[in-house]
Amino acid sequence: MTDGLANQGTGNASNELLLTTVDGKPLKEALIHAEARAKRRAFFLVLPLLLFILITFVAPIGQMLHRSVHNDGFIVTEDFGTGVRTPIMVNLTEWFNENPPGSEIDESAYAALAADMVVLKKERAAGQAGTRINYEISGSRSLFTKTARNADKLAPPYKEAIIAIDPDWENPELWTVMRSASSAYTATFYLAAIDMTRNANGDIEMVNENRQVYVKLFQRTLILSLVITFLTFVLAYPVAHLLATLPLRYSNLLMILVLLPFWTSLLVRTTSWMILLQSQGVLNDAMVGLGILDDENRIQMMYNQAGTVIAMTHILLPFMILPLYSVMRPINPSYVRAARSLGATSWTAFRRIYFPQTVPGIGAGALLVFILAVGYYITPALVGGADGQLISNLIAFHMQKSLNWSLAAALAALLLGGILILYWLYDRLIGIDNLKLG
Amino acid sequence: MAGSSANDAFVAFERVQKSYDGETLVVKDLNLTMPKGEFLTMLGPSGSGKTTCLMMLAGFETATHGEILLDGKPINNIPPHKRGIGMVFQNYALFPHMTVAENLSFPLEVRKIGKSEREEKVRRALDMVQMGKFDGRRPAQLSGGQQQRIALARALVFEPELVLMDEPLGALDKQLRETLQFEITRLAHNLGITTVYVTHDQTEALTMSDRVAVFDDGRIQQLAPPDVLYEQPQNSFVAQFIGENNTMDGVVQEIKGDTCIVKLDGGEVIDAKPVNVSKPGERTRVSIRPERVEFNKDRLKPGAHTLKAEVMEFIYMGDIFRTRLRVAGNDEFIVKTRNAPDQVRLRPGQQIDIGWLPQDCRALDA
Repeated sequence: MTDGLANQGTGNASNELLLTTVDGKPLKEALIHAEARAKRRAFFLVLPLLLFILITFVAPIGQMLHRSVHNDGFIVTEDFGTGVRTPIMVNLTEWFNENPPGSEIDESAYAALAADMVVLKKERAAGQAGTRINYEISGSRSLFTKTARNADKLAPPYKEAIIAIDPDWENPELWTVMRSASSAYTATFYLAAIDMTRNANGDIEMVNENRQVYVKLFQRTLILSLVITFLTFVLAYPVAHLLATLPLRYSNLLMILVLLPFWTSLLVRTTSWMILLQSQGVLNDAMVGLGILDDENRIQMMYNQAGTVIAMTHILLPFMILPLYSVMRPINPSYVRAARSLGATSWTAFRRIYFPQTVPGIGAGALLVFILAVGYYITPALVGGADGQLISNLIAFHMQKSLNWSLAAALAALLLGGILILYWLYDRLIGIDNLKLG
Repeated sequence: MAGSSANDAFVAFERVQKSYDGETLVVKDLNLTMPKGEFLTMLGPSGSGKTTCLMMLAGFETATHGEILLDGKPINNIPPHKRGIGMVFQNYALFPHMTVAENLSFPLEVRKIGKSEREEKVRRALDMVQMGKFDGRRPAQLSGGQQQRIALARALVFEPELVLMDEPLGALDKQLRETLQFEITRLAHNLGITTVYVTHDQTEALTMSDRVAVFDDGRIQQLAPPDVLYEQPQNSFVAQFIGENNTMDGVVQEIKGDTCIVKLDGGEVIDAKPVNVSKPGERTRVSIRPERVEFNKDRLKPGAHTLKAEVMEFIYMGDIFRTRLRVAGNDEFIVKTRNAPDQVRLRPGQQIDIGWLPQDCRALDA
């Protein structure tokens, strides 16, 4: 636009309310037109990052969330060479659709199973379908492969014939699992992630006590993360205060010491802790050497929760110090002086004047450390031992070892959901605008 | 006020010295007594030690040597919160996470004063600074002048007998500063509070104070009421620092009672009042205020020495005329004349004779 000037429609008496430019164009339209070019240019500048985030971040998370409720391993098989997708277990799926949960597993069901076994053998998909059931009932994979191998020999009455191959087929739980697996969309993995399952009648119940792992692990992750957050806060607060109040040339030097761990590989830092903490390690040796400990009574400081807490507190400490520092630095010392001159003791001045002004930094640091701690993986894996493992170690286990990606996805989604709830709570209680990261 | 003796001293500095690094003294041998109810200003350039003195009085710095007395009691070992001194800071130091009312209530809360009495006092203090309607606001929602009013109210709300102010108006614009200068002095006098005010603004010091202590180089150069300070500066630093001043260097030729004759370096001879020169032959710097220079011969004493001057520049400033002259080789010699109907307006290039009453021209240290 050559003229950015607007007036109240001098040349356009008919429409007095609408603001227009001097040559009669509506002002809003003119503004959009004038800024369109700049907006387009800005959009093209952010486009690469936007695409990058979409492809590498949003899409995988979306896929993960989808995978946590969707698993078609029991009903579709894919030929990886040709990419052709063939439905399997068609007959049994149909039987499940016709008979509601709790129906008697009769001859017709076994007949459907027998027909499907023939297809499984032909498609060489028995292992895949069995794996899907195996997630919930161990031993099912071999049950499927064994039965499919003998599928051609099956003859009516199918019930006796199939049970003759393996009596495990009589297990009603197996049929419940197959029923839930016969639809691609299922809540089974979420139930499994909170130690729940469906019984033979399709009701939701807790799994056997000795198989309950996930809830306990979520609890442990939550508690350890809170402990670590609290410890980093206790350790970081005085350090940040020192950094914020020292003259710049000293505080810069100290700041380098704080940041130094950042420039060291995480693996190196974790293994250094292993060297320090192990029972033949530096700390124990030193204490035995000084006569504080007997050689037989060396303290077990790693391969347990203590190891996880110690190493993670150290590793996450800078994430607490930096937000605290950035909040403390601009606090003018005259606030505390004013409080003192008004009659407050140094403790009251700290509690009522200094501390409240550092709350945004505490909030930011705590949120940062807590979120990082909840998802931490390498350190607990290396120094945690059996009871220092966190939920992410189990997610990794299901991703790499058991290959139950749907369960891993469900666990990860629960973790993500939990963090979002915490974030929301934080926003309600303290306000996200008060967050100060640096 | 100027005649205060050590007996009725409310605040006293006795031989106070302060060093931060053990190598240089920031405050050198400070002696000062203040009677109750006095408004005393510490005036000086930055680094002259005035703020350090204030901080020692408030308790945020400890005196390296010497004694500070408050109401006769030494306070060197009393922590700041037990001194009961109100303080106003340059940046206001209002607690940003509290409302105005909470800010004012804070000193009362830490003194364990009951809620109803607290509210009453807060309300009265806010009314006192005409900020009664702002009790629910946060400091960030107030303008600089309003914040300073609140800071003042907060320093006064717990009824301290001594209030310290550290350049409280430094960050405000000129007009607001003048209004608040008046308000602060009015409040201080009405409430009968003893006030120590630190500033580097000489106008502020002159207009507000009962007495002004001019600081330089860690010492009080002169401690006097504003008019004495302006009209009878004790040394050339004070003469230079307070107000505008014309100076000329020369040698004392003769001292006769309260007049002396000074021969300027250019050879001209003038009359002056000996202030800190004692014998002929001494080098001196004579100082004369621009408004005390006279170029109307009729108004000069007969026999007074005059100097030849050439008008360099005439500046019209509304209420006054400011004329720059070349006198005795110095072309920065300023004369100020009132804009009166019969006032002469000098033209550049004009040759005139100037003179002054001997008591207005002070022979100071060189």
